[in-house]
Amino acid sequence: MIELKNVHKNFGKLEVLKGVDLTVKEGEVVAIIGPSGSGKSTMLRSINHLETIDGGEILIDGKVMGGSAKQIKEARLNLGMVFQQFNLFPHLTVHDNIALAPKLNHRFEKEELEKTIDELLTKVGLLDKKNNYPPQLSGGQQQRIAIARALAMKPKYMLFDEPTSALDPELIGEVLRVIRQLADDGMTMVIVTHEMSFARDIADRVIMIDGGVIIEEGPPRQIFSSPKNERTKTFLKSILEREESVKEGLFTTAGIEIEE
Amino acid sequence: MDFSWVPAYTGLFLKAFGMTLRLGAIAVFFGTVLGLVVGILSTTKNRILKPIRVILKVYVELLRGCPLLIQLFMVYFGFPYMGINIDISLTTFLVFTLYSGAYIAEIVRSGIESISVGQWEAGYSLDLNYMQIMFRIILPQTIKLALSSLVGFYIGMIKDTSLASIIGYSELVRNGQSIMNQTGRPFETYIMVGVCYFIICYPLSKLVPVIERKAARYDRA
Repeated sequence: MIELKNVHKNFGKLEVLKGVDLTVKEGEVVAIIGPSGSGKSTMLRSINHLETIDGGEILIDGKVMGGSAKQIKEARLNLGMVFQQFNLFPHLTVHDNIALAPKLNHRFEKEELEKTIDELLTKVGLLDKKNNYPPQLSGGQQQRIAIARALAMKPKYMLFDEPTSALDPELIGEVLRVIRQLADDGMTMVIVTHEMSFARDIADRVIMIDGGVIIEEGPPRQIFSSPKNERTKTFLKSILEREESVKEGLFTTAGIEIEE
Repeated sequence: MDFSWVPAYTGLFLKAFGMTLRLGAIAVFFGTVLGLVVGILSTTKNRILKPIRVILKVYVELLRGCPLLIQLFMVYFGFPYMGINIDISLTTFLVFTLYSGAYIAEIVRSGIESISVGQWEAGYSLDLNYMQIMFRIILPQTIKLALSSLVGFYIGMIKDTSLASIIGYSELVRNGQSIMNQTGRPFETYIMVGVCYFIICYPLSKLVPVIERKAARYDRA
């Protein structure tokens, strides 16, 4: 279980998280939505201590995240993370990208590791790219490798920080399919996303963050069909309008409307 | 032009060539080791290491901001002044190593800092520690990025070994001077000295595009 209790985070004078409480149970898929700068990424990054919180506490399976480097390292063993910019290691092959951390952390015997890598690459549909280098792959492929790399550490929880935001529209689907498959396998996941239809389909619970606080949470059907909070309504309306205009072939670029 | 005297001085040229190579190799090797250590330490964020970072910054800035020739003079005249007597070779090795270490530290530091913070975050999120991330993820990419500027610096360093002649280290220029005194052929002597430098530096400069091609070979689809 991941628990956030009254979490506060400041960047200088700017208060980014203003007392966030959240519990993610095992097997649950939680989607976090909210406007840019609302604190959703900061919250996610706090969970695995990429951001040090200024108040409150974060518990991973009842143990406090923080303290000594050793404690942090232990807690991170259970947490896999996927980034917006993939962050693959460009100097290592796909195989070595996946193998590096399990090897250095003595996670598996050598043969078992090789088997795991093949299984993971099959799962994300990229076994044939095993010996390629990341710059030789498309964004979607890189993100699928990044997911496989995180899974190779056998984490209990997966954190996704806008996993499709840096991708070209036609590559988003292949990454979402992999994440969906993980959800079907019962993986516990926290996903920060702007893909509303994806959040609606996959999440057990949707959290709306704005101004550093959770302003609304509930099952996707309720959040998307009958949001209670005014700001949630406005936010969803603006996103859905944009999605609609994309569907209709209307794009707004720097104030110029182009009709196709 | 008359080069008929050259065969008689081949031994001396070879000896001087060897001395230049030796000084160049020492400056390059120990300077690189020193530069890596200083460069890595300069990028640490640990509060306890702050005083060390300040000292290293002063070292790097002082040595980069002062001509190598002056540093040679300072050590050459300064050590005896302080009652320390070390021979010319040791003085030269020391000055060249410290000087190249300061430059290489800057190349390494700026290289490390140019690697995206996302690489660190990916490492930490995969439960790796600082040393593992530095040596397995950051440094290999830094070296790949910095390799051509490093080789460029090495070439400059080897050419700068000629300055050591002024305090009496018997490398190519110093020996060239005594050959010139004996033969009375300054023009031809310095052509020979120049050829010797060229023999060392040219292959190194040809290495840069090879390294760059090799480094870029994975970057293409």
